[in-house]
Amino acid sequence: MKLLLKIWRQQNASSKGKFVDYPISGIEGDMSFLEMLDVLNQQLIDKGEEPVVFDHDCREGICGTCSLQINGEPHGPDRLITTCQLHMRMFKDGDTIVIEPFRAKAFPVIKDLMVDRSAFDRIQQAGGYISVNTSGNTVDANTIPIEKTKADDAFNAAACIGCGACVAACKNASAMLFTSAKVSQFALLPQGRVEATQRVLSMVRQMDLEGFGNCTNTGACEVECPKGISLENIARMNREYLMASVKG
Amino acid sequence: MSGFAKSSIARKVVMALSGLFLVIFLALHVTINFTSVLSPDTFNAWSHFMGYNLLVQYLMQPILVAGVVVHFVMGIALEIQNRQARSIRYARYNGGANAPWVSRNMIITGLVVLAFLGLHMYDFWAHEMVYKYLEANPEDPTRYYGETVEKFHPIWRTGLYVVAFVLLALHLWHGFASSFQTMGINNKYSAAIRSFTRLYAIVVPLLFIIVALYHHFNPITH
Repeated sequence: MKLLLKIWRQQNASSKGKFVDYPISGIEGDMSFLEMLDVLNQQLIDKGEEPVVFDHDCREGICGTCSLQINGEPHGPDRLITTCQLHMRMFKDGDTIVIEPFRAKAFPVIKDLMVDRSAFDRIQQAGGYISVNTSGNTVDANTIPIEKTKADDAFNAAACIGCGACVAACKNASAMLFTSAKVSQFALLPQGRVEATQRVLSMVRQMDLEGFGNCTNTGACEVECPKGISLENIARMNREYLMASVKG
Repeated sequence: MSGFAKSSIARKVVMALSGLFLVIFLALHVTINFTSVLSPDTFNAWSHFMGYNLLVQYLMQPILVAGVVVHFVMGIALEIQNRQARSIRYARYNGGANAPWVSRNMIITGLVVLAFLGLHMYDFWAHEMVYKYLEANPEDPTRYYGETVEKFHPIWRTGLYVVAFVLLALHLWHGFASSFQTMGINNKYSAAIRSFTRLYAIVVPLLFIIVALYHHFNPITH
């Protein structure tokens, strides 16, 4: 397969980036997208050029490290996958592929296609946890009976890997789906209810401080989420936030 | 509460509540308008009541104006903030792959409706102000039907009204259902709510269009 890659190259956060064209050939349909970029980078290294910087780690759709806006969609044209799970068979011989970093003011570019998603870490640190005494008297979580549907909903929310595709897909660069998943995974469980009021207030405050946009319920985040996180979580977070605000 | 007032969710709630208020107002408005097709006398009676009732004029009308202003000002402010949240745009953005056009372009449909409101206020509200306060004409409960039909005589005005109502339908198609999601309502009733809101988004603007076209094609012959 022969392809033309239009890749965003940017030296650092403060420099001005630009697209650079890279023709590439010998790409197999069974290769993953990141393997295709590995091939490109090896060719660049062999020519003495600087390889393209992009994020990756587990390469099996678990860690949420890989990103990339591919032909206008985060994680590319396939559904319920991360970029590392995207296969080149999704493209045709002769295609032009535009590869950009996730774009959001809250996700500044570090270099080329790598962005700083530590805004998500700070939202999580603001309240995405439960306070547990770990002195040795901690009760096993499984001893508390939990309604199956609630346990399933909490598990589904916890499936969020924090990749940032929701922000990248949203026309407003909103982080509501991520934040709501992290609020929901605790709000649905008895252990999480103890600090639920302060959690949602703190996490939403941090989300706003990071400079993400406002949710306008387009649903793009849900469609592009590699883990299928539902918009129900956003509605739940809105409820939690309104109730928490009334409680003070 | 100060943190709440500044939060993104609070701003969304303000948009949702003001939007729902305007949705209710539209239902009242179209009901009265449609009486002009069915019975000129009924239309005259309702219009006179709305034009001279003190509760309507000095309580409901200011609340309505406040609702409109809040909805539009907040909508524009949020749009500016949302654009700032992605200062560098994508070279290629395939928005149609994951969200319908109407949900991504509420600002466009909203601004068209706002522009239409300017024309609508000029046509009817400004006319009322001149009639009642500048010219200090006496009450005439029979004038409304004739004045309304006359407004729809020019094809350009009828055309602009029809286009504006189509854009209003698109705005309601996303906005009405979206307001429930913002208020935290996403449950087993959501499918029914969505069906109702979409039916409303079609029926109400369509009735407005029918009224405009009916009066354009059925002018009063003197």
